[in-house]
Amino acid sequence: MKFSRILKTVFLFDFLTALIIAVKEIFRSKKTINYPFEKGKISPRFRGEHALRRYPNGEERCIACKLCEAICPAQAITIESAERKDGSRKTTRYDIDMLKCIYCGLCEESCPVDAIVQGPNFEFATETREELYYNKKKLLDNGDRWESILAANIKADKPFR
Amino acid sequence: MDNFFYYLNLIFVETYKILFLLIPLLISVAMIVWLDRRVWAFVQKRRGPNVVGPFGLFQSLADALKYIFKEIIIPASSNKIIFILAPIVTMTLALLAWAVIPFGENFVLSNINVGILYLFAISSLGVYGIIMGGWASNSKYPFLGAIRSAAQMVSYEVSIGIIIINVLVCVGSLNLSDIVLAQERIWFVFPLFPMFVIFFISALAETNRPPFDLPEAEAELVAGYQTEYSGMMYAMFWLGEYANILLMCAMGSILFLGGWLSPIEIYPFNLVPEPFWLIFKILFLFIIFALVKSIVPRYRYDQLMRLGWKIFLPFSLFWLVLTSSYLYYFNLLPNN
Repeated sequence: MKFSRILKTVFLFDFLTALIIAVKEIFRSKKTINYPFEKGKISPRFRGEHALRRYPNGEERCIACKLCEAICPAQAITIESAERKDGSRKTTRYDIDMLKCIYCGLCEESCPVDAIVQGPNFEFATETREELYYNKKKLLDNGDRWESILAANIKADKPFR
Repeated sequence: MDNFFYYLNLIFVETYKILFLLIPLLISVAMIVWLDRRVWAFVQKRRGPNVVGPFGLFQSLADALKYIFKEIIIPASSNKIIFILAPIVTMTLALLAWAVIPFGENFVLSNINVGILYLFAISSLGVYGIIMGGWASNSKYPFLGAIRSAAQMVSYEVSIGIIIINVLVCVGSLNLSDIVLAQERIWFVFPLFPMFVIFFISALAETNRPPFDLPEAEAELVAGYQTEYSGMMYAMFWLGEYANILLMCAMGSILFLGGWLSPIEIYPFNLVPEPFWLIFKILFLFIIFALVKSIVPRYRYDQLMRLGWKIFLPFSLFWLVLTSSYLYYFNLLPNN
């Protein structure tokens, strides 16, 4: 061992240097965000919680084409459809098992009428599994709640599609 | 009958004294865990616990609540009595030692003549809790952790013992209050600085703190001797551990940093009550403990043993000879 190395070891040189650096770092700005109170920026393409959208007149967009059900790699979507009195085809059942979903976004991409979308919400943890079996009502409610943001996100992402 | 009331009165008074020490101690242990996590986070440029209460001060209370409501799982193949006893022993021993810590000139629970010996004996017993926990779990990781811990604590106790003798040679008394009063002229940290450094490092090893946290090395041993523990029993281990760390900080401040004495005997400083100085010194040492945790990598086991037996022990022995020859030559030996 070199003599200077021994001196450094005996006088804890490396340790003291590290200690000074550590004390300096304490007063630097933090690199993490204060999560529940401030949130990170989310891209318009963010694939979060699902929502079923409506047209501005309140009509459901979904036409029960079942493309999303077909493409879903996790087979999380279940759709049943029937003819409505006015002759249009509508869903009678639209379930997403959020526990199966892998959040790949293929349902959103396959939808010809932008009905099923994945919104910016990622804070939908629940205390029971049952609450994560989403049905049509829950999805439509989500759509109503997030509509303004969803519409803006789709518009922002349009040029890149 | 008079005698009966006399003893009854004595018991009540002593119980109140003990509670007066114990409750603030337990609260400060909880706070110190928060401080530890916070300092650690700050060095890593994180925020640390800051949600529960102002600045996250009540985080430990929230944790305690969580631990209380968690199920205590006792492994089927464990030795149940010893398994349950282990955390109790650890925590009791960690709290027992505080009885002799002097917070002021006449502010000590029991001012016994062999205070430092008592402190040393109790902190040596602390290893039993860990061995019992590791052995009774009847599982490989706790067992390995307990073996490591026993070897490590025994090795470093030897060097701590000799460091303490260094101080005792300068004081001439085993009473902790006398040790503090002997430092009125100059704190022992200045003449015995190398001993202070070695004491600090040994204290890290003694309390299983990083870089010497081999008994609970999470990368190799899951959580060492705590692996099989859950709920309140785990929390008791962790309370005992932090009480021990505080105890080591208190020991360091009494032996080397002048205990309750204020650094300079001039106007604004000697207004501060005596216990506060001791608390400041304990906090100062603890913050260095916390900083060390965040800057050093873990030692290898053979390095740990080499450091204890081949470097610290001979060096502190050499320094003991040096100190005593100096005191003898200049006729400074304390004579009482």
